[in-house]
Amino acid sequence: MNTVAMPSVHYLVILPEIILTVAAVGLLIASSLVPGRLRSSVGTGVTVIASACVVVDCVFQWVDISRHGPSTTMAHVIIEDGFSVVAISVLAVSLGLSALVADGWLCRERIEGVELHVLVLASAAGAIMMAQANDLVVIFLGLEIMSIGLYVLAAFDRRSARSGEAAMKYFLLGGFSSAIFVYGIALVYGATGTTQLGQLAGFLSANVLRSQGLLLAGTALLLVGFAFKVAAVPFHVWSPDVYEGSPTPIVGFMAAIVKVGAFAAVLRVLASGLFTQQDGWRPMVFALAALSMLVGAGMATVQRNVKRMLAYSSISHAGFVLLALWAASPRGTAAALYYLATYALLVVGSFAVVTVVSADGHEDLTSYRGLARRRPLLACSFTVLLVAQAGVPFTTGFLAKLGVIESAVEHLGWPGVALGVIAMVATAVSGYFYLRVVVLTYAAPLDASPAAATASTLATSRPRARLAALGSGILVEDTRDGELVDHAEVYGAAPANGETAVPLATAVAIAVCVVPTVVLGVWAGPLVELTTRATMLFHP
Amino acid sequence: MTIPAAWYLIVSALLFGIGATGVLVRRNALVMFMCIELMLNAANLALVTFARVLHDVGGQATVFFVLVVAAAEVTVGLGIVVAIFRTRHSAVVDDLHELQG
Repeated sequence: MNTVAMPSVHYLVILPEIILTVAAVGLLIASSLVPGRLRSSVGTGVTVIASACVVVDCVFQWVDISRHGPSTTMAHVIIEDGFSVVAISVLAVSLGLSALVADGWLCRERIEGVELHVLVLASAAGAIMMAQANDLVVIFLGLEIMSIGLYVLAAFDRRSARSGEAAMKYFLLGGFSSAIFVYGIALVYGATGTTQLGQLAGFLSANVLRSQGLLLAGTALLLVGFAFKVAAVPFHVWSPDVYEGSPTPIVGFMAAIVKVGAFAAVLRVLASGLFTQQDGWRPMVFALAALSMLVGAGMATVQRNVKRMLAYSSISHAGFVLLALWAASPRGTAAALYYLATYALLVVGSFAVVTVVSADGHEDLTSYRGLARRRPLLACSFTVLLVAQAGVPFTTGFLAKLGVIESAVEHLGWPGVALGVIAMVATAVSGYFYLRVVVLTYAAPLDASPAAATASTLATSRPRARLAALGSGILVEDTRDGELVDHAEVYGAAPANGETAVPLATAVAIAVCVVPTVVLGVWAGPLVELTTRATMLFHP
Repeated sequence: MTIPAAWYLIVSALLFGIGATGVLVRRNALVMFMCIELMLNAANLALVTFARVLHDVGGQATVFFVLVVAAAEVTVGLGIVVAIFRTRHSAVVDDLHELQG
């Protein structure tokens, strides 16, 4: 009798995808069986439990890897190594926190049902698949599972025309980038005869290609596809619009999981599959990194909308991770992993605060004026999150930036130093726009009476550029500049009334984002060691 | 009659170019969407051609995945277009100008 050999499956490794998919499908089935609408808190509960299960599974995987070393399964298309496990746990934590933030938002907007949770679970499953894929086709599938869920999530607020517009833009450019990515896969396959990263590396180290053109073009197209997804300049134009239009809790989720998933995949493609082709892809990554850091930081300084500002800041962050990618060394990989782990928490937390503060639909920076008086704890959390993103010492953001810059400068020669200098400049510029918001938060709220408002405008409108050097030498500029104050007058004393309490779930999520940022920033050892060790367990 | 593989690749590259140009030039969301499909099918043609040249079944299997993904994208994309059309009565992307900064 003929038999068909099945590839062996290591279920522990694919358990994260199984858990999330079962949770998503289970919620869908339950919502159609239960009479009436299933309450959204049920969805939140299931999502948080599922993400906790994934984290537990990651612990088991870590133990497994420590004992037996990294391995592949399912005909070598899925990988289990330290890097993938850390990336998966970061994704799972982002998923759980985003679900908590979204819970408060759903209550506020009075949206019942579990559709949002089904979609975030499916998207996170796609991102996890990207993080442990060892084959270009599997990376593509993960990318699409993640993106298709996110297109719908961007359009989730059906009453808002802006939400639909954001979804349309995201969808068209996302589809465009996927098509470019698939063509890249086709060309790489044509040049090497395989899509599996391990075989790719083996083929390229054993053979000399007669013509590099096909492979180079394929690599370039793959990179363009990834650059679209992580919003690296010059493929970033969609991101500010999409961030502004999509529902705020979704944006935090989107920013975190897309960045972590896509960077985990691109890192594996470049550092594992195409490692021998460094001369081809490093100049491209160099350009992407330099442009993203500078343009992201530069454009963020002129934004008035807090979500657009955070969008440009996340473009700049993408540039920093690309910097670590350019380094193409174990140290660079560890730095990238550390950066992604800390960035995911920071971005989810920042957008959680924006969700709460912009409850009335005002996303203008002026609505943050005087936040510290109205909500001291929230303002304090936002300060920590922004200051950490700016890279101030004693936060994880500082160590993250330091790590990637070190990994780049380690390469002696002008490109590494140039990138290091660009990164420093971008950090200084980003210090300006983050601290502008922080200063605004602690500024006195404008009085309600127009006369008093004008008086305070006159008193403070002179741009007093009080350049003070903080510990790290980051420039702080007093930002009560005329423009912002003038703008504030339009809104008058922004939303002083109608303050609602921060929902408990959201508060927990913000706390979970803030506390590690400070604790791990001061007590730096554990996370740095974890990422370094994870990189040592990188599958070759 | 035999046709050189290079011809298939040229056709595929042409299709990809037409699709990419269409996405960048056309302003109707549905047409842009069709152009994306054209690009995906150009990639499929290249994959099948390479699979034949290399005598490897992997490329042809990949095409199935791409087809399935394209179908899923269509479902979601048309849903979004319909949702926008309900609020704005237009599928022209230039009419989408609420988000600018």
